[in-house]
Amino acid sequence: MEGFDIANIVVSTIRNAPVLMFAALAGLFAERSGVVDIGLEGKILASAFVSAAVGYTTQNPWLGIAAGIAVSVALAMVQAFVSITQKGNQLVAGIAINIAMSGLTFVVAQYIFQQGGRTPDLGAARLSNVVLPGAAAVADVPVLGWIMNSLVGGHSPLVYLAFILLPVVHWVVYHSRFGLRLRACGENPHAADAAGVSVERTRYMAMLVAGVLCSFSGAYLSIVQSGFFLRDMSAGAGYLALTALVFGNWRPLQTVLGCLMFGFFQAVQIQIEGVDLPVVGRIPGSLIQMIPYVVTVVVLAGLMAKSVAPKAVGKPFVKSR
Amino acid sequence: MQPAVEFRNISKAFGPVQANADVSFTIAKGSIHGVIGENGAGKSTLMSILYGYYHADSGQLLIDGQARNIRTSQEAIDLGIGMVHQHFMLVENMTVLDNVMLGAEGGFKLAAKRKEVENKLREICTRYRLDVDPLATIHDLSVGAQQRVEILKQIYRSANILILDEPTAVLTAQETASLFEILRLFKDQGKTIILITHKLGEIMDITDQVTVMRAGRVAGAVTTAQTSKEQLANMMVGRPIEGNLPRKPFNPGAAVLDVKNLQLQDANKVQLLADINLQVRAGEIVAIAGVSGNGQSELMEILAGMRLPSSGQVELEGKNLPYAGRSNADGLPYTFRQLGIGHVPEDRLRDGVIKDYSVMQNTVFGYEHRVKNRWGLFDFEAIAKRCAHLLQAFDVRPNNPDLRIGLLSGGNQQKVVIAREVSAQPKLMLVGQPTRGVDIGTIEAIHTQLLRLRDEGVAILLVSVELEEVRALADRIVVMSGGRVTGELNIEEFDTTRIGLLMGGMHKS
Amino acid sequence: MKQMKTTELPRWATGIVLPLLNLLSALLVAALVIHLLGESPVESMKILIDSAVINPEGLGYTLFYASTFVFTGLAVSIAMKAGLFNIGAEGQMYFGGLGLTLAVLAFDATLSPWLMIPLAMLGAAVFGALWAFLPGYLQAKRGSHVVVTTIMFNFIAASLMNFIIVKYLLPEGEQNPASRVFAESAALPTLNTWFPFFGDTPLNIGFLVAIAALVIYGVVVSRSTWGYQLRATGLNQHAAHYAGVRISRMIIIAMLISGALAGLASVNSIMGSTHYLSLNFPAGAGFIGIAIALMGRQHPVGIFLSSVLFGALIQGGFDLSLEKPNIPVETFVFIQGLIILFCGAMENLYGPALLKLINATRKG
Repeated sequence: MEGFDIANIVVSTIRNAPVLMFAALAGLFAERSGVVDIGLEGKILASAFVSAAVGYTTQNPWLGIAAGIAVSVALAMVQAFVSITQKGNQLVAGIAINIAMSGLTFVVAQYIFQQGGRTPDLGAARLSNVVLPGAAAVADVPVLGWIMNSLVGGHSPLVYLAFILLPVVHWVVYHSRFGLRLRACGENPHAADAAGVSVERTRYMAMLVAGVLCSFSGAYLSIVQSGFFLRDMSAGAGYLALTALVFGNWRPLQTVLGCLMFGFFQAVQIQIEGVDLPVVGRIPGSLIQMIPYVVTVVVLAGLMAKSVAPKAVGKPFVKSR
Repeated sequence: MQPAVEFRNISKAFGPVQANADVSFTIAKGSIHGVIGENGAGKSTLMSILYGYYHADSGQLLIDGQARNIRTSQEAIDLGIGMVHQHFMLVENMTVLDNVMLGAEGGFKLAAKRKEVENKLREICTRYRLDVDPLATIHDLSVGAQQRVEILKQIYRSANILILDEPTAVLTAQETASLFEILRLFKDQGKTIILITHKLGEIMDITDQVTVMRAGRVAGAVTTAQTSKEQLANMMVGRPIEGNLPRKPFNPGAAVLDVKNLQLQDANKVQLLADINLQVRAGEIVAIAGVSGNGQSELMEILAGMRLPSSGQVELEGKNLPYAGRSNADGLPYTFRQLGIGHVPEDRLRDGVIKDYSVMQNTVFGYEHRVKNRWGLFDFEAIAKRCAHLLQAFDVRPNNPDLRIGLLSGGNQQKVVIAREVSAQPKLMLVGQPTRGVDIGTIEAIHTQLLRLRDEGVAILLVSVELEEVRALADRIVVMSGGRVTGELNIEEFDTTRIGLLMGGMHKS
Repeated sequence: MKQMKTTELPRWATGIVLPLLNLLSALLVAALVIHLLGESPVESMKILIDSAVINPEGLGYTLFYASTFVFTGLAVSIAMKAGLFNIGAEGQMYFGGLGLTLAVLAFDATLSPWLMIPLAMLGAAVFGALWAFLPGYLQAKRGSHVVVTTIMFNFIAASLMNFIIVKYLLPEGEQNPASRVFAESAALPTLNTWFPFFGDTPLNIGFLVAIAALVIYGVVVSRSTWGYQLRATGLNQHAAHYAGVRISRMIIIAMLISGALAGLASVNSIMGSTHYLSLNFPAGAGFIGIAIALMGRQHPVGIFLSSVLFGALIQGGFDLSLEKPNIPVETFVFIQGLIILFCGAMENLYGPALLKLINATRKG
């Protein structure tokens, strides 16, 4: 179709997906252990801000990322305390974190940088893209040049991290001791408990991992994609990630495919804006913005796939007897 | 030789309830030891202490002669104590192998030990004749097979002391016999078995020693060979158990319920009910006997309007019940109540009451529309009056209408449910497991109530897994197995063996 | 007489003491943050109270905001009673504003206020309910979790309303994305005509309507058979089905009513203040409704008090942000999150300690 740059869409999809991938895989660990993590949005925002702030102040993006991890894990531990130890309502805890972080990130950003709640541009202190060996040499070769420089090569390191995480997460969940205990806690925590597994400890660990993974999503937003933090910049990414999880039936590969699907829609979205489509003409930007959220509702309505959540998700574990 | 387990003055309280009070007895090594008592006697609590679930408030626990403080189930496992729970502790969507490895993975990588564990499991299965495929997924296995997986788990962990909590509640007579064979094999290998049960027959069958518990204390400790069912029953209850309760001579009226060719398949096309035909007449108690999980629960739900059948018809006093033309049973129980069907559900806490509502609020549950004024608001005066009358007539304790019903004992909760359903004056009363989780004094009261209802001409369909209860109440008995009716008999023809065979799936020919 | 040791907290403890303790905890954390921002919590508190309560005009504004919050608080509360967590009050209020605006734009020149205002309210309620319908339907019929769907509908509303306002409602030549100004007939009568004490504030009869709504809510939820069935559905769906409640219908109706109440929140906000539909006018009121429902424990009195509290936080917070630039209004979004956390997810934090205290005092 005229006006669509397919190559561009493919590359954009790859670059849009990591924000959701990190968050979705984080949610996967939490929910597979039995804890609902609606608070992905808040963790993303918090780590986005802290990564950008520390990255700017130290002019070192890696330190920024490390700081983002710390903050995200701290929030995850608060959530874990509320959900696991206090046995409180996990949905409420997540929403509370999201709202609290929406306010706090703005306030602290304003306090430190006095720029209307955003951080200054990181400028050069962003991660430099990975250049594959030999990529420059084949730059002019059709197709191969594109593959080496744009498709497989030439992305930010965090993009590679996101995709490498897929096999790693898969292995951990299905082939490691931690993964076995994780899944047992999410399906039948009483069975895990009777087998001598500490359900509390496993769930705390899962939340810790979720905190770490989720932080990369925020760091990706502020360091890689835009170069600064802006209020509420996550724009629902945390909820889209949860939807990818539902779409992917809580399995790593399918979940990542779900994230790629959202990334694809985002890429198409940007291209559609200037294009005259047959019949409908030019779709205004504000309506295009709706697309990912509408897709989410369609997925959740079960119109795309039948999905089965971990049986014990959302229910605090109380030893019965 | 040191006893395998010794309890010395074990006490445990949960708030105001003293679950165990000064419990002391020993369990000999290499024996099958029965712990018997009715609901609430304290046997489960005691075993939970042994397995590390709870900590005793005071007293000592000795394993193999050594005092131990078992703080977690992992510590119990390390001491060689294994427990087969009444409700299986299995992860349904994992394989047998995964379930066994859970908690004993032997390292960070699962693959390293998988083959080794699989081989060991096959070896154990052969040695103890357990007949389980390690690579099968749990939800594909029958209930009996799942129980064998539980046992397999404990043997794999080198359990020397095996606790079985009400193991035969979900088994047919034949499966029970197989289980006992396996237990005898264990005993021959020098293992110690603790059997928790309330079934006197099993105790006499297989145990060497018996400890009887009552109200949290040890009421008696005897050698099985030197005692009898009657003696055990007396110790369990503290007084002679009910003989035959009074009832009017059997004089049934017209057919109230007529079930014709009822079929039920679930979403996976599994046949849950097949060719169900039965009738209940006014003034008659028809009891459906059978091991739980053979379709009785589903049948009750259909008759109460909580679930739709796949096909077939049900007539109430000659008129078809309105299942037709519906895609689900949403709101149907309301219609059925209007038609005069009362329902005492099997799972009281899940279906029958709202735990957080008061006793008074629960007395109108399901019948709200009968106590409202024209503005849709409750007529509180009428409700209070009716509630007071019901609590009195059914002897609900404590007699406090404003108390949250969750705080009442199981027996008293059940009395409220029965009072509610009875007072609506139904034509047909569906009663599921009426005395599950109910203490013995209340059991008699409930049985008396049901018999009185029958004498007043109500048609009663009872489902019970307790044969004693069936014998005490039924005029006619229908036996179900595998979703089918396998036999029918009048109460005069009551014969435990015959019914057991029917429950196990042997049709009367 | 020595009383028995109790294992459960008495009603006054769970209904009043615990919520207060939770609120104080949230405020304590907030005070800590304010201190870290270089300001004195005590001084900030004083400024806030002066602005929101002591000053009569400030009080007027406080109650004006509270009038909006009562409705979003009721919206979230009634859904909660059915066991549904309606995060979409923001979007429902926004869309309700559209319904209100359409009614006004069509009739404000021809109808008297006696007809215009109720008609606008109807429009707000219907459109609010409409926006809650699909999430409710999907939860009831397809099990789609209402939390995520309502959040999505918030985002969809933001985009959709942006489109509608700019494309259809913006008068020729205007830059500010908003509809035209409403005629006088669509203005809610202000209370300062009867109570000059409140000075020049937008406090209007919407406040009285809010009180009426609270009373109706209280009566319906705790004294009607429908309310009994609603609560049963939220407490135990299995049992509610056993009792003959039509669960699907109950869920959908609860969401419709919830949406309608959220929609009605737009009445006070628009027809009591701006008198035109503007971009993002809800300004977080829907989310404040969540905090109110949790803090007020879905009880009419609790909802009222919490609404006034938040009204004070908004009014006082605004003045505070003017005096102390280090404490912008977003600080109160943070406080909102804290309140939701302590009152909604950690309600029982102080329970065990309180129980011990009660038993200790009884022993002596």
